[in-house]
Amino acid sequence: MYEFEFEAPTSLAQAVAALKTEDSQAIAGGQTLIPTLRQRLAAPSRLISLAAIAEMQGIQQASDGQVAIGAGTTHAEVAQSAAALYPALAALAHGIGDPAVRNRGTIGGSLANNDPAACYPAAVLGSDAQIITTARTLSAAAFFQGLFTTALEEGELITQVRFPIPERAAYAKFAQPASRFAMVGAFVARFATGVRVAITGASETGVFRWEQAETALAEAFSPAAIEPLSIAAANMLSDMHGSAAYRAHLVKVMTARAVEAAC
Amino acid sequence: MASISMTVNGHPAQAEAEPRTLLVQFLRETLHLTGTHLGCDTGQCGACVVHVNGAAVKACMMLAVEAQGAQLRTIEGMAQADGSLSVVQQAFQDHHGLQCGFCTPGMVMTAAALLAENPKPTEAEIRDYLEGNLCRCTGYHNIVKAILAASGQPVDPAKTAATP
Repeated sequence: MYEFEFEAPTSLAQAVAALKTEDSQAIAGGQTLIPTLRQRLAAPSRLISLAAIAEMQGIQQASDGQVAIGAGTTHAEVAQSAAALYPALAALAHGIGDPAVRNRGTIGGSLANNDPAACYPAAVLGSDAQIITTARTLSAAAFFQGLFTTALEEGELITQVRFPIPERAAYAKFAQPASRFAMVGAFVARFATGVRVAITGASETGVFRWEQAETALAEAFSPAAIEPLSIAAANMLSDMHGSAAYRAHLVKVMTARAVEAAC
Repeated sequence: MASISMTVNGHPAQAEAEPRTLLVQFLRETLHLTGTHLGCDTGQCGACVVHVNGAAVKACMMLAVEAQGAQLRTIEGMAQADGSLSVVQQAFQDHHGLQCGFCTPGMVMTAAALLAENPKPTEAEIRDYLEGNLCRCTGYHNIVKAILAASGQPVDPAKTAATP
């Protein structure tokens, strides 16, 4: 790691002010950023820790029934505290990384990083969650903009994620056996207004909605509805762990498994 | 340099360190607590697992400054006051849950965190919880048996390895 200064503000206002200094980088749980710094793939002059900001912590059910999760909430806490409020989301959080990673990594950090194989983007897009930042409120569709790319501006921080609660939902992940990231992960959510299917891990453009499956599942919410479908391999990721065609196949398999788990 | 203070195994510890110092380096090189091992150095292997405010974390994936003011527990703090082994450590010995021993500090800390969360885990829950701890010697079976035994649950004798 290159040298850097370190600050740990205790309020959002202080953090936003600290990030205005040139070459500052926010750090949440650091489970991606610290390895990145260690490989010298990033070299900020100052790290601004978000860990001491109470406003970014915790899980609560809002008056409109939505579950509001502070951006600094760890995966372990979501897995535990959201279990009664949004079981599919809690189960997804429980499947991220390993216990030690879940004790440090945060939902806001994961979303801001937008790794194409991360789990949370599937839940956020699949639930049509809102991303609340220090500047505005973003829809999931507007937030995710491709590999490691989001709508966040320089110095803008995610403060909270608000999840509408579906009637039924489930996440099914085919984990890459070494990294435990999603080779393909499918999040399926049935609302009174329709079905959403969000796929992570598969596409060159990051998390996406499989609209053909949404239409089929809106008519019949069962794994059988996925059976006649297929998805093109054209925009799928291809690497040593799996070809584009393999990932396209997994999209279908994991979507059907998620529907089965949600039924 | 930053002035870093924390409580390690019940004792106050304070030292100067650069902000880029990893917690594992601070423990090993500054506080000379070398029981916490640095294995893969990339966050994969779990040999460096310690407890920070009661939660298992990988000390190579956390900066020492991030543990400012925290309560830490390392493998050095696991044995009883009289020097006898903790229940988890004793179970690892009884069930031959180690061979070279390199991963053992992390395994013991992870096992202790599991049992604090879930005092009677199933075998599947134990294996799931060990996802972030790699052992290249044992094939995990004896580690799983040790943790089952440490939880006070019976270990299938048919599966128990011969006493070394």
